[in-house]
Amino acid sequence: MSEKPKLHYFNGRGRMESIRWLLAPAGVEFEEEFLESREWYEMLLQDGALLFQQVPMVEIDGMKMVQTRAILSYIAGKYNLYGKDLKERAWIDMYVEGVRDLMDLIRVHHKLSPQEQQKNLALIGEKAATRYFPVYEKILKDHKDDFLVGNQLTWADVQLIEAILTVEEKVPTILSEFLLLQAFKARVSSIATIKKFLQPGSQRKPPTDEKAVAFTNRIFNRR
Amino acid sequence: MLPSWTENQELRSMSEKPRLIYFNGRGRMESVRWLLAAARVEFEEIFLDTREQYVKLIKDGSLMFQQVPLVEIDGMKMVQTRAILSYIAGKYNLYGKDLKERAFIDMYVEGITDLMHMILMFPFSPPEAKEKNLALITERATHRYFPVFEKALKQHGQDFLVGNQVSWADIQLMEVILAVEEKTPAVLLAFPQLQAFKTRMSNMPAIKKFLQPGSPRKPPPDDHYVSTVLKVLAEE
Repeated sequence: MSEKPKLHYFNGRGRMESIRWLLAPAGVEFEEEFLESREWYEMLLQDGALLFQQVPMVEIDGMKMVQTRAILSYIAGKYNLYGKDLKERAWIDMYVEGVRDLMDLIRVHHKLSPQEQQKNLALIGEKAATRYFPVYEKILKDHKDDFLVGNQLTWADVQLIEAILTVEEKVPTILSEFLLLQAFKARVSSIATIKKFLQPGSQRKPPTDEKAVAFTNRIFNRR
Repeated sequence: MLPSWTENQELRSMSEKPRLIYFNGRGRMESVRWLLAAARVEFEEIFLDTREQYVKLIKDGSLMFQQVPLVEIDGMKMVQTRAILSYIAGKYNLYGKDLKERAFIDMYVEGITDLMHMILMFPFSPPEAKEKNLALITERATHRYFPVFEKALKQHGQDFLVGNQVSWADIQLMEVILAVEEKTPAVLLAFPQLQAFKTRMSNMPAIKKFLQPGSPRKPPPDDHYVSTVLKVLAEE
């Protein structure tokens, strides 16, 4: 049980990045095994290590966990990032799910053709500015606390800062109308464990590019 | 006449029935109906038939991310299907007894949700893609998902997937088995454990009641349902 969690995924962001983000503020050290080839993936499959034949897969506390949300939920619960009761958990879940919808738009971005990417970029900017970020700006405005739920750092805050930084990579001025989110970003970035995660040399992965997409397509035999 | 659910909000309290706001059909809300029914929780429903209703919901600020499902429960206007289901499971003791059991329930539910998603989107796929999508649903069910649950039940020999008591995972599995069977009637042929599971679950009083005519269970989506959704959401 005192083993470090082991992450099985590509050497890139994809669906595993949110998990790296959540382990980081909890100060949890983890190991990573990168899928380098199709043979490696097939070996994992044959070993029965992937419950639904998919990665991410995280070995943690004697379990081989799959399904990103299940993994994130477990980490949040274990490291006290899931609020103090059922109602706080409900708000955290709602906020996280909203952010994840936005992150999904970004996650698929580099799989699109250059034409589609242009359209997608506009969609990301539009959804972030009109559907998602206003919600979190309002929450912070209404209760005036430093964090989204229960006046302490939770999974919702970590997911939000990941989303802010990821959208900013594509739309640098996205926070220009959102003063409280700007303050939130500064505040949360300066938390020691998160600050460390944001520095070079951490396990945070760089933005996905076309090379990475081609690589994962090869591993999964996608056309 | 538009229902004045926002004016009624002050009158609602913890002891009120949950209120579900969605289209008059399965979609993403059906899993919520299943879970509430299994927990023996009575609920009310308001059906979205017109775009005006939907626009009013957004203007009233009732939809956090401008989307349905919306479930009014315990003083909250909950959105995001997974968040809603998680809350119901936690509240009605369908989420296991500890963090590890919850982890397995979550893994199973997420896998099932991936399969349910394909079924959910199926009526909205273009006619030329329907045959392919149907084949994919059957293939995934028989090769990726059902074998996992067959194996889990066989290995521990218990009646339910996790922790020897009924949980959200069992309800979700039951729902998806019936949904796939509607498309591929013989899908459980190679899965004796799942056949027995299905029979057992069907005989549980709350589920038996939900499976009878007159329950809140909705019929499979038809053209009218698809056109209503597209009209209300004004999707191209």
